[in-house]
Amino acid sequence: MTDDHFEPRIIAFLCNWCTYTGADLAGTSRIQYPPNVRIIRLMCSGSVDPTYVLKALLDGADGVLIGGCHPGDCHYQSGNYKARRRVIALKGILDQAGLDQDRVWLRWISASEGQRFADTVTQMVQFLKEKGPNPMRQEWAV
Amino acid sequence: MRSAIPVENGDTLAALRGFLKMLLEKGVVDTILVPMMTPSGAVTPGLVADPALIDAADPLAPVMGLNAARAAGPVSVREPRGRVAAVLRPCEVRALVELVKLQQAATDDLIVIAVDCLGTYAVPDYEAMRVDGGPDRDALLKGLASGELPPQEGYQLRDACQMCERPHADGGADVILELFGADLTARIPISLPDDLANALGLAAAEPDGRRAEVIEKVVAERTEVRDARFAEIRAQLADGGVEGVFAACVCCHNCMTTCPICYCKTCLFKSPVFDHDPIQYLSWARRKGAYRLPADTMLFQLTRLNHMVLSCIGCGVCSDACPADLPVARVFRAIGDELQREFEYVPGRSVEDPLPLITFREDEWSEVGEER
Repeated sequence: MTDDHFEPRIIAFLCNWCTYTGADLAGTSRIQYPPNVRIIRLMCSGSVDPTYVLKALLDGADGVLIGGCHPGDCHYQSGNYKARRRVIALKGILDQAGLDQDRVWLRWISASEGQRFADTVTQMVQFLKEKGPNPMRQEWAV
Repeated sequence: MRSAIPVENGDTLAALRGFLKMLLEKGVVDTILVPMMTPSGAVTPGLVADPALIDAADPLAPVMGLNAARAAGPVSVREPRGRVAAVLRPCEVRALVELVKLQQAATDDLIVIAVDCLGTYAVPDYEAMRVDGGPDRDALLKGLASGELPPQEGYQLRDACQMCERPHADGGADVILELFGADLTARIPISLPDDLANALGLAAAEPDGRRAEVIEKVVAERTEVRDARFAEIRAQLADGGVEGVFAACVCCHNCMTTCPICYCKTCLFKSPVFDHDPIQYLSWARRKGAYRLPADTMLFQLTRLNHMVLSCIGCGVCSDACPADLPVARVFRAIGDELQREFEYVPGRSVEDPLPLITFREDEWSEVGEER
């Protein structure tokens, strides 16, 4: 793969109740979005351990998308509020550790927002194409 | 209540031991967790039940090999348990506070006796000092009084102590031995609950007022050192990234084992999660051209940062335990400093402050996740 044909690889951790269903809606509604995203379904954005995100980034994923229910809508009341704090901490650590915190995106996308899911993936692919490949993909010594 | 332990013949250590002995003899507690000198002369935490053995207690020994909060957890965490008095340094009290919040220690039957701390030496240095005639105890007592510790030739305080801006006992303790700013050859100022003072027959005594002044001086000096080290490590992180700073990590997990707060019994890195099939390593090696082994070295460091950094109380035992001499504690303190500020969290301050990652407010960071 050369840089002119760089296709970012995005790992997406999506909550079962909102964003995953939103992604499903995008599909059933035939909304087009780039195929660069590999979706992993979890029961809640609050169950995304930062280690999952770190593992993906260190192994060379160009971006990680975490999708959850809008604040107030969590199927488990507060999982997304906890996810929000965790992601803020994670991004703060990545930033200070000299890694690209902007490769990690947290987005609230509801089950009815198929278009928003498609838009988010499109924007993220565009952003990562401009940013370039994750340098960790080439770094063997991590 | 403010009081003072009388010191006879200028023997501060004997007076301290007398105070601890009294706690056992008057039945205030069943045992005391306190730094003890072993028969061979090394210093380790010990749980003392027999008042006669308090003669081996050495709460002023300037050495720290492990954080004694690690020992205070198991003796306090659940019933049935005895009533324990734990003599702890300020960083150990802070670690204990975090452990209580993580449900790995309980203060219900625990009397926390916090001791002002001028700093400690690493175990190898202390052992060398012992052969060399021992640490200069008089200088140490004078240092506590004045806030200045002239370096003992050939030895340096532990890195974490040099940059410790919280060397004084404050929150989280029941009893405080207020060593800073006091003439410890005359009396040892102490603050303790009234009922305890009555049980021990200690009368009220006004402090002489120099403690705050000396603390201010020590804190100012150490904060300056701290900020310089933060700047240094931040520059290294900005330059070479975390993978540069931890490049020589041998993945021994000593930092995790000695960290007083890193407690998980089912730690991910002790589990088979990262035992992969041989073919998996081949695949990684082919994809990147080469693959670092043991695998997941940087993942370990970054995960530990994620799990621990908001609770890092800066005792620095991780750095002491590192066989590769990596600046683990500096990295944790520097990154922790920024993050703790963002979450308005002061680790070890109070059991009332909720851990930042298990609590939340609905109306915070409301722009996050809403970007379009």
